[in-house]
Amino acid sequence: MTKKPLLEIKNLHVHYITNEGTVQAINDLNLELYPGETLGLVGETGAGKTTTALAMMRLVPNPPGKIVSGEVLYKGKNLVEMKEADLRKIRGNQISMIFQDPMTSLNPIMTVGDQIREGIMLHQKVDKATATKRAMDMLEVVGIPMERYDEYPHQFSGGMKQRVVIAISLSCNPEILIADEPTTALDVTIQAQVLQLMENLKVEFDTSMLMITHDLGVVAKVCDHVAIMYAGTVIEHAQKHKLYRTPKHPYTIGLFESIPNVHETTERLKPIIGLMPDPTDLPTGCTFHPRCPHAMDICKVEFPEVTHLSDEHWVRCHLYPADKEVE
Amino acid sequence: MLRYIARRLLLLIPVILGVTLITFTMLYFTPGDPARLTLGEQAGAEQLEQFREIHGLNDGYVVRFVNYIKNAVFHQDLGLSYRNRQPVFAEVASRFPTTLKLAGLGVLVAISIGIPVGIISATKQYSLFDSVSMIFALIGVSMPNFWQGMLMILFFSVYLKWLPSSGFNTFQQMILPALTIGTSTAAVITRMTRSSMLEVIRQDYIRTARAKGQKESKIITRHALGNAMIPIVTVIGLQFGYLLGGAVLTESIFGIPGVGRLMVDAIKQKDYPVVQGGVLFIAVTFSVVNLFIDILYAYLDPRIRSQYK
Ligand SMILES: Nc1ncnc2c1ncn2[C@@H]1O[C@H](COP(=O)(O)OP(=O)(O)OP(=O)(O)O)[C@@H](O)[C@H]1O
Ligand SMILES: [Mg+2]
Repeated sequence: MTKKPLLEIKNLHVHYITNEGTVQAINDLNLELYPGETLGLVGETGAGKTTTALAMMRLVPNPPGKIVSGEVLYKGKNLVEMKEADLRKIRGNQISMIFQDPMTSLNPIMTVGDQIREGIMLHQKVDKATATKRAMDMLEVVGIPMERYDEYPHQFSGGMKQRVVIAISLSCNPEILIADEPTTALDVTIQAQVLQLMENLKVEFDTSMLMITHDLGVVAKVCDHVAIMYAGTVIEHAQKHKLYRTPKHPYTIGLFESIPNVHETTERLKPIIGLMPDPTDLPTGCTFHPRCPHAMDICKVEFPEVTHLSDEHWVRCHLYPADKEVE
Repeated sequence: MLRYIARRLLLLIPVILGVTLITFTMLYFTPGDPARLTLGEQAGAEQLEQFREIHGLNDGYVVRFVNYIKNAVFHQDLGLSYRNRQPVFAEVASRFPTTLKLAGLGVLVAISIGIPVGIISATKQYSLFDSVSMIFALIGVSMPNFWQGMLMILFFSVYLKWLPSSGFNTFQQMILPALTIGTSTAAVITRMTRSSMLEVIRQDYIRTARAKGQKESKIITRHALGNAMIPIVTVIGLQFGYLLGGAVLTESIFGIPGVGRLMVDAIKQKDYPVVQGGVLFIAVTFSVVNLFIDILYAYLDPRIRSQYK
């Protein structure tokens, strides 16, 4: 069975042009998100996870950021080339995003209720009273009493702010929810609650989700598919169990080896020997080759293409030549 | 909030007392005998004595200050002018609206140029518009007020003959003075608006608004401007004080009968009660304006509002 992806990124390149040089944040990235599924996007800090998410909504800050080439296909339409007005109808409506830091994601001088209502008013053809009612309902859905509609963000705790952000992003019942480390800014007890809330809402609203995280425990708990990211590229993309049982890319293998127990939920990624390359000065060929225990001559000169190992598992590594089944 | 305003109004009392004390003391210790200076060398001892009696100059420093405050508070009496023996309060009060109008027009000019230009500059950072307006803003702050006033008289009144060069009654007469007094403030507000907006548009909540699918124009007006407003409003309040001071020069150049010119004349003639009265009026106005600005903060920012509960 081959399902069609709901959202597909093809050969995306994003650069940040700064005074210190050009940061090659995203390099030839490929990604597929299937309907109704949760895809975990995992990578070290600076790997380009947030940039990928922003590119999916064409929100990369410009300047300094620029989508240099590539496609973001949502239901076959390329968001990279879409007109701004058409894109606005998709943002917040069909694709919405929970940002990394709930503390700064809300406008401090607008009531939380109005911030939820804003999106509803933009995308649903309802009058103000109905929109207010819906915004209140959304507050209740994320576990905040609707009496607090008229309060301001500074009157809320971090966890509650994150709930408000979640309410905003789900208010128009999007098809795709991008969650950029929705729990890292929160303390551990709240983390579990927020994750559970997102799980429930995802099922209730039947949303596809891109879950960005450092945390392999979160991936194990909520994701169906996983994409492992390294230096701006997805280097391995697989159904979760396939990836956990048979990781193929040396980087992925390294990641899992550094964790004593995959089901250990609190364990964070432990970096492999060596450091992430400087994104202003990436190595030639495969960007992982300076740290790779299996590096070959070809790795230094040629960036590996996608190799499909099986139906729901692909990798970008010269160890697995294209078209050859290795299972 | 009402309690806060009441407290702030009470706080005005020591501020105004302080300003009065400082000007009073400075004028008290200015060398020269006011009676002699006013009446001239020919005046006889009797005349001088009469003068001192009328203006209460025979008392000591403390008694004079206390009397001054007492009369001011209970009788709205700021003494008599040394020159024409008219009550200072009436004299200043009758000219005060003109000065207030001049400063107010200056602020109006400054706001209506500064805020829109600042916003456009920020949203189109590094564009041609941005560069040009920043150059003008730099010229605007650097150019002395009086010099700019004279240049404008030369150009618009003498050369083009479009606008009158003096007076302050008709709309035409108000244009040049308002532009003169407002230019540097416009420049300051432009720069403040630009930098404040640039700061705000980088914030995460602006990105959140974009991610909701909001239009760029609404993002600026609904999300960015309100947040950028606090430093802008602060600058406007401070500039208002500066404009009241600037009115002294502008009124002289354009022959406007305001408090500023009254004070300049009074200083030249060593008419201390008038100087003192003018300073007092300006200080009170400045304090009230800044109180108003502080209240505006609370209106603009719910975080400040909640502190005042
Ligand atoms: N506005 C920007 N200007 C310049 N460089 C940027 C900017 N934003 C991101 N970068 C750079 O792009 C690269 C990818 O950043 P990104 O924020 O996407 O990483 P991330 O994977 O989300 O990291 P984290 O886990 O820390 O959130 C980094 O090298 C970062 O320094
Ligand atoms: Mg990030």
